[in-house]
Amino acid sequence: MSLSGMRGLSMFISDVRNCQNKEQERLRVDKELGNIRTKFKNEKNLSPYEKKKYVWKMLYIYMLGYDVDFGHMEAISLISAPKYPEKQVGYIVTSSLLNENHDFLRMVINTVRNDIIGRNETFQCLALTMVGNIGGREFAESLAPDVQRLLISSSCRPLVRKKAGLCLLRLYRKNADVVNIDGWSDRMAQLLDERDLGVLTSVMSLFIALVSNNTEAYWNCLPKCVKILERLARNQDVPQEYTYYGIPSPWLQVKTMRALQYFPTIEDPNTRRSLFEVLQRILMGTDVVKNVNKNNASHAVLFEALALVMHLDAEKEMMSQCVALLGKFISVREPNIRYLGLENMTRMLLVADVQDIIKRHQAQIITSLKDPDISIRRRALDLLYAMCDITNAKDIVEELLQYLSTADFAMREELALKAAILAEKFAPDLSWYVDVNLQLIDKAGDFVSDDIWYRVVQFVTNNEDLQPYAAAKARDYLDKPALHETMVKVSAYILGEYSHLLARRPGCSPKEIFAIINDKLSTVSPPTVAILLSTYAKILMHTQPPDSELQEQVWAIFRKYESYIDVEIQQRAVEYFALSRKGAALVDILAEMPKFPERQSALLKKAEDTEVDSAEQSAIKLRSQQQMSNALVVTDQHPPSASVPVSQPGPVKVPSQNLEGSSPDQGMPKVNGTVDKIDTQPIPSADLLGDLLGPLAIEGPPGTTPSEEQNPISGYEAAPNSADALALSTLTEESDAVQPIGNVADRFHALCLKDSGVLYEDPYIQIGLKAEWRAHHGRLVLFLGNKNTSPLVSVRALILPPAHLKMELSMVPETIPPRAQVQCPLEVVNLRASRDVAVLDFSYKFGTIAVNIKLRLPAVLNKFLQPISVSAEEFFPQWKSLSGPPLKLQEVVKGVKPMPIPELANLFTNLQLAVTPGLDTNPNNLVASTTFFSDSTKAMLCLIRIETDPSDRTQLRLTIASGDPALTFELKELIKEYMISVPTASPVPTPSPAPLQPQLLPVADPNDPGAMLAGLL
Amino acid sequence: MINFVLLFSRQGKVRLTKWYSPYSQKERSKVIRELSGAILSRGPKLCKFVEWRGCKVVYRRYASLYFCMCIDSEDNELEILEIIHFFVEILDRYFGSVCELDLIFNFHKAYYILDEILIAGELQESSKKTIARLIAAQDSLVETAKEQANSISNVIAQATK
Repeated sequence: MSLSGMRGLSMFISDVRNCQNKEQERLRVDKELGNIRTKFKNEKNLSPYEKKKYVWKMLYIYMLGYDVDFGHMEAISLISAPKYPEKQVGYIVTSSLLNENHDFLRMVINTVRNDIIGRNETFQCLALTMVGNIGGREFAESLAPDVQRLLISSSCRPLVRKKAGLCLLRLYRKNADVVNIDGWSDRMAQLLDERDLGVLTSVMSLFIALVSNNTEAYWNCLPKCVKILERLARNQDVPQEYTYYGIPSPWLQVKTMRALQYFPTIEDPNTRRSLFEVLQRILMGTDVVKNVNKNNASHAVLFEALALVMHLDAEKEMMSQCVALLGKFISVREPNIRYLGLENMTRMLLVADVQDIIKRHQAQIITSLKDPDISIRRRALDLLYAMCDITNAKDIVEELLQYLSTADFAMREELALKAAILAEKFAPDLSWYVDVNLQLIDKAGDFVSDDIWYRVVQFVTNNEDLQPYAAAKARDYLDKPALHETMVKVSAYILGEYSHLLARRPGCSPKEIFAIINDKLSTVSPPTVAILLSTYAKILMHTQPPDSELQEQVWAIFRKYESYIDVEIQQRAVEYFALSRKGAALVDILAEMPKFPERQSALLKKAEDTEVDSAEQSAIKLRSQQQMSNALVVTDQHPPSASVPVSQPGPVKVPSQNLEGSSPDQGMPKVNGTVDKIDTQPIPSADLLGDLLGPLAIEGPPGTTPSEEQNPISGYEAAPNSADALALSTLTEESDAVQPIGNVADRFHALCLKDSGVLYEDPYIQIGLKAEWRAHHGRLVLFLGNKNTSPLVSVRALILPPAHLKMELSMVPETIPPRAQVQCPLEVVNLRASRDVAVLDFSYKFGTIAVNIKLRLPAVLNKFLQPISVSAEEFFPQWKSLSGPPLKLQEVVKGVKPMPIPELANLFTNLQLAVTPGLDTNPNNLVASTTFFSDSTKAMLCLIRIETDPSDRTQLRLTIASGDPALTFELKELIKEYMISVPTASPVPTPSPAPLQPQLLPVADPNDPGAMLAGLL
Repeated sequence: MINFVLLFSRQGKVRLTKWYSPYSQKERSKVIRELSGAILSRGPKLCKFVEWRGCKVVYRRYASLYFCMCIDSEDNELEILEIIHFFVEILDRYFGSVCELDLIFNFHKAYYILDEILIAGELQESSKKTIARLIAAQDSLVETAKEQANSISNVIAQATK
C-alpha cells in the first residue's frame, strides 16, 4: 500500500530501509534534509501537495531520531490551509513535532480558534485534537470558553463534543482558573446524564480532574456516578459496540470508580447501598478466563473496585474479601496479576488495619522477592517494608540481607536503606541491630550511606552492654580478606574505643589488634587514614603498662605522616605523637567518647523525607511509630562527675569548623575527651556528623555536610517521637531558631502575581494558598500542612484586615494531625481601592517550640482588577471625559528599572491590565485598560497610558484615569511600585540567614512600601 | 494520564511517538533510548509493567513491535494494557492484519488513528465501530479533495493542449 500516492515519501522510506548501516542511513537522511531545506527556501513555488510531502518526510526523519531544527514554520503554516488534506497534515505534524512550550505555537492560536468556532465539523475536530494534545497556558486562556461551549452545545455531534471534553481537560490542567467552579457543578451533573458512551468517557476524565481539585463543589454528581456504574456493571442499555470482550466499557467503569474515590464518604444510605451491591458483584463475579484480553479488562475493573472498597473503608466482611482476593493474586502464575496483587496489598496496608491478615502471606511475599522480574521484586520489597513490625522484623530484615548479595545494582541502595531503617525501627535487641548493620556494610558497602555507620557508633557508644560484643564483631570482620572501606572505618573506630574490653581473648591483644588494623592502612583513603591514626592513639592509651615495641611501631607511623600532604592527617600525626609521649596524662586526654545526646536518627528522617508526602500514609506511619521497638532508645545520661567531660566545647560543632577549631594556634587539639572548659550543658548538636566527627576533629566527607547544616533544627524533629524526656529538656532554649524555608517576602511577591503557591514554609509547617477572584469578591484557601509525624498543636490563625477589606476566615482547627493538610477558606470582600495589605497572624506549637509568624496575604489591589480590551471608539471619549486631577493623574516616574516595551507589556498583563496595541501609534508608548471591582465603586474602568523615552529607559510618564480619585491614585502608586522595583523571586532560594524572630514580621525589605505598610499594622 | 505513547521494533527502531506531556527534544531522545533498552531486555514471561522515573510504563509486544504507554504511578495498569490492545485491533482492522511494514509506510495513518483514540493522554472513544467510521470519513475527504484537484488539473491540461 503506498502512502496515499505519495511516491516520493515511499521512495525515501524504502531508501532509508535499504541502508546497510547507520552511517549510510545518516548520509541518506542528511541528503534529504538538505533537499527539504532548499525546497522550503523557495516556499512560494511549492504546491500544497509538495509541501505536505516534505512535512511528512520531516516527521519521518524526526521519528528516526534525527534532529529536525527547521521547517516547523512550514508545518505550522499548513494549519491555515483552506483544504482538509493540508490542514490535517499541518495539525498532526505540528502536534507531533512541537511541545506546548514552543514559541511558534502562539502564532496559530487565532487560526486554531477560527477552526474551533467555525462551522466545519472536521476542522473543529482537527483543532480540538491538537489543542487537546499540546495546548499550553496561552491556549487555555484564549480558547477555554469556546471549547466549553462546544462541549455543552446541544447542536454539536458527539464526535465534536467528546473531543471538546478532553480538550477542556487539557486546558484545565494547564490553568485551573479556566473552568469556573460555580457554574460547572450543575453543568457537570447534566453532562453525566449523557447517553453517548464516547462522550461520557471523555466527560468522566474531565470530571475526575475537576473533582480531584474540589470535591465540595461536585457532591451533586455523586449519585450520577453510581448510576453510571450500575448501568455498566449490570450491562443495562449498553450498545454492543461499547462492550469489549463482553465487558461493558471497562475503561468507563474504571474511570467512574476512580472518580468516586475522590469523595471522602458516601452519606446517602440508598446510594451507598447500591454502590456496595455493584462492588460486591464485581468482587465476587470476576473469574479468571482463558482469553488474556478479557482477563485484563475484567481485572482492570476488579482492581479499581478493590481500590474503591479500600477507600470507602467498607465493612469488615468486604475488606477481608479484598484481602483474600489479593492473597490469591500474589500467588498466581500470571505475572501482571501477581505484580498488581503486591502493589495493591501495599496500598491496602496504608489505608486499612489489615496488617495481621497480610502477615499470613509473608512467606509468599518473600518468594516474590526472588522473582526473576525486577518489577515484581520491587513491589515485594515495598510490601515487605510496609508490613514490617516488631513481630516480623527479624525475619524480614534477614531476608533482605540475604537478598542483598544477589540483588540487582539498581535496587541495592534502596534495599540497604530499607533494611537499615527497619533494623533501627524494630530491632528486638541491640546486638541484633549491630549485627544487621555490620552485615549491611559488609555486603553492600558501596550502597550504605555514612549515616548508617555513624548510627552504629552512636548506639555502641551509648550502650555499655553492647561494647564488648561490637568490638568482638568488628575484630572478626577484620579477618576477612576483602573488606569494604566503610567496614574498616567502623571497625577501627569501635576497636579504638573498646578493644581493651577484649584484651583477654585470644588474638585480641593490643599488639594484634594494631597489627590487623594497620594491615589496611596502605589501602585506604585519607579520611579513613585519619580515623586509623585516632585508633592507634587510643590503642596506645589503653595499653597499660605501655608496651614499648607497640609504641615504637605506632610512633613510626605518626612520624611518617607528620609531613603528609593532607593537613588533617598531618595535624593528627603531629598531635598524637606529642600527646602519646606524655605518658599517664594520655589517659585523661584520650578517654572514651562520652555518650551522644539523643536525637532523631538521620536514617529515619531520611525515610520520612523520601516517602511520598501524602496524608494517606499517615496511618501506617503512626502505627509504625507507636509500635517502634524501644530496644534502641539511646540513653542520654550525663555522668554526674564533672571530671568527665560531657560535651565537646562549642567551637567544634560542625565539621566545617573543624579546621579552624583544631588549628595549632588554638593550643589544645580537640581529641576525644579534651577538656577545654567544662560545660555541663550539652550543646544539642543538630547532626550526627557534627557529633561524631566533631570531637575527633575529622574533616567530614565532602558533600555530606551542607545539607545538614542548612537545617540546624532537624534534630528537634525527633524529640516528640522518642519517648525520651531528657532529649526534650534541651529544646526550649533554641526554639526561636525556627527558620522559614525560602524567602517569605519573595513568596509573597510571587503570590501577588499568581493565584496559587506556597505562602510560608518552615521545617514543621507549610502554608499553601490558592485564591480565586471574582469581581470584588475573593476566596482564598489556606492549606496548612503538617510536615511531621507528630501533631502541631495550639494552632491559631488571626486575620488583621486593613480597613478596605472585609475578611472572614473559617474555623481553623486547633490541632493539625501528623502529615495532614487542613484547608481553611477565607472570604474577602473589597470595599474600596487601597494598597494596604492584610496580615495573617499565625502561631502553632510543635513539642515545646512555639512559633508565631505574621504573614502578608496577597489580597492586593491588582487581584480586584480584570483586564478588559477597549476599542479606540470606546477609549478616546472616556480618556477625554476624565480630564484632569483628581480623576486623571499624571506623573513622570524616574529611576525606573529599564525594561523594553514587551517586558513592560508583560508586567502589565501580570497585573491584570489589558494592553491594547494600536491605540497609541507611537511604538514607545503603551496603552492599557482594566476594570476595578470594589463594593463602593462596583465595576470601574481604568485607563492607563505610559510614554517611554527610548533614549532614557529609566524614566517614563505615567497617566492613569478612572472615575474614582482614590482608585486613580492607588493604581498609579501600584504601577509605580512595580516599575521601580520589580519584585522577582530571588534566583537561589536560600534560607534567610537571620533566624525568624517571633513577634516580628518576617518581611525584611525596607524599600518595599507594601512591606512597610503591613509592618505598621 | 498517559504521558506518552511509543512504538518501536525489536531492533529499537522507533515507529511512532506521541507526547502528551511536554518533553523537550533532548528529553524525548533520552526517554526513547532508556526505555527501549529497558523493555527490549525483558523476557516474555515477565509482567508488562516497568517502573521508570517515578512513572510506570505499560507495554505489549506484537510480533516484532513493542507498544508502550507511560502512565502516572497511581493509574490503573491493566486498563492501559487493554487500551494498547484496542489500538492494535483498530490498526489490524484498518490495514487488514497489520504488520510492521504497514506502519512504516503508512506511519501517518497510525497517527490519525491514535488521535481518534486518545486526546490529552486520555481515552476518548471505546467503540471500534465509531472509530472505523471516523477514519473512513477522513480518508474519503482526502480522496475527494484529490479527485477535485485532479479534475481541475485535467481541465487545465485539456485547455492548454
